[in-house]
Amino acid sequence: MNAAKNKQTGFWLRFRKNKMAFCGALMILGLAIAAVFAPLIAPYPFDEQDFSVAQEPPSSAHWFGTDEFGRDIFSRIVYASRISLEVGFVAVSIGMFIGGLLGAVAGFYGHLIDNVIMRSMDILLAVPSTILAIAIAATLGPGLFNLMLAVGIATIPRYARIVRASVLSLRHLEFIEAAQAVGSSDFRIIRKHILPNCMAPVIVQATLGVASAILNTAGLSFIGLGIQPPTPEWGAMLSGARSYIRDYPYMTIFPGLAIMLTVLSLNFLGDGLRDALDPKLKR
Amino acid sequence: MWRYILRRIVYLAPVFIGISFFVFFMLHMTPGDPAKMILGDTATEENVQLLRAEMGLNDPFLVQYWRYIKNAVRGDIGKSYITKSSVAREVSQAFPATVKLALFSITIAIFVGVPLGIISAIRQYSLLDNIAMGFALIGISMPVFWLGLLLILFFCVKLGWFPASGFDTLKQMILPAVTLSTPSLAIISRISRSSMLEVIRQDYIRTARAKGQAELRVIWDHALGNALIPIVTIVGLQFGGLLEGAVVTEAVFAVPGIGSLLVEAIKTRDYPMVLGGVLFIGIVFSLVNLAVDVLYAYIDPRIKAQYQSP
Repeated sequence: MNAAKNKQTGFWLRFRKNKMAFCGALMILGLAIAAVFAPLIAPYPFDEQDFSVAQEPPSSAHWFGTDEFGRDIFSRIVYASRISLEVGFVAVSIGMFIGGLLGAVAGFYGHLIDNVIMRSMDILLAVPSTILAIAIAATLGPGLFNLMLAVGIATIPRYARIVRASVLSLRHLEFIEAAQAVGSSDFRIIRKHILPNCMAPVIVQATLGVASAILNTAGLSFIGLGIQPPTPEWGAMLSGARSYIRDYPYMTIFPGLAIMLTVLSLNFLGDGLRDALDPKLKR
Repeated sequence: MWRYILRRIVYLAPVFIGISFFVFFMLHMTPGDPAKMILGDTATEENVQLLRAEMGLNDPFLVQYWRYIKNAVRGDIGKSYITKSSVAREVSQAFPATVKLALFSITIAIFVGVPLGIISAIRQYSLLDNIAMGFALIGISMPVFWLGLLLILFFCVKLGWFPASGFDTLKQMILPAVTLSTPSLAIISRISRSSMLEVIRQDYIRTARAKGQAELRVIWDHALGNALIPIVTIVGLQFGGLLEGAVVTEAVFAVPGIGSLLVEAIKTRDYPMVLGGVLFIGIVFSLVNLAVDVLYAYIDPRIKAQYQSP
């Protein structure tokens, strides 16, 4: 108990010292608040059209200007944070749970099971993940859930590999042997003893994974595979703004800025977590 | 050495089978009847059934898959629903533009990224290091297509230095290549820096310095070779990233490559074209990885030693 507590305090001390990671965490918190309280924060509904103010540059009434339908861009960006965070977390959860389970089973049982699972993962890895997501999303058809599924499935092999490697390093340690000796089932050993011990690299990968899931989603929406209008999504907003880049450049600037700041904060956070969880890697 | 290369080539077989199975399975899952798509909305039910029988669409899944493989080996991976032309031909026609874009981009990424990372490592925590790594973090956090749009905004709309589309002249190729290279450049410089930092802390580097060798020679002769190993891996992996980025970059700059082909096919729900493109990219990516692994064996003496006959 005491040792575990010490380990946690050590983690906190190292994490707090890292200003970048702390800033990243704060910004993600801010974004989460914006997503939850979007109706209170956004000055206009995301789908309110007002053609009398279509394509107005930023002003005090419309902070980020308005789009071709006279919709307030700031409000749409605030609402779109819901989609991005949702996709990021759901996609990573899909990848993490399926991939983690496969990796744990492969590492724990070894031999044939390990070979079958890991060779299938190699095949998934043989196609670049965004291309894989494109294939899946194009087949399933447009829609938020299909998008999350596509982006999530594409990340399964990464988690499988990380968890498998950790399991292999734990597999023959004495406390696993002890658990087996007192008659614990395999499932219980994996769940209670192995998985908690390989969480550190998974957490780091998941944080960075949310960042790349958000980037991926924006890219897929940009090329027309994703959220359908009028639901606001950052990538889709950029896709729409593209046609007006010559005359109304502000339409292009703000949604992209939102993506970049979100991903940047997640990257700061992920780097910080890695350094804090595993001081050996600190350079 | 040859055994290692041979082994890697043999490993390709299950990967190719896996990719083709995945693509065929996806194709099988797509909504709509391929026979109907080819004949169009006006076709009679009878004609559709005839074509279904002719195409073997009523056969069991695995029989169809086996036929798909046999055709694929002969270079036939189906016909486009929209243009009715061969997917393989359209993909191979679009391929050169994508290769040109990818090679141009990886060249920029390597020749800027590696020196930047290495200098950052040698001058760790200097102003240059901080600025370079700051930019690298921004580079991996930016959506590629947004960077492309910003470059168009600045260099085409505001300054008028470059054309915003097309891919024939060098001038037209610069902006797409810079756009596509940015995330890879950022990653390569980060990896180069950390790899170099790891190497210059080793004892043999201290020995080299202790015997009075000039710093430049220490870096060039002793450190660089070992620092290069992870860099080569990451450069190889970046090819996958480049192919992904090429899809959106081509869409932004209207480069007539596989990316534009894919995006157009997605818009028109031309499933054979989408999945044909995916199959092609998967195979190219596997071949590039093979090349990287072989190169790896040449520069990493540890792999060479493993396979040397005693």
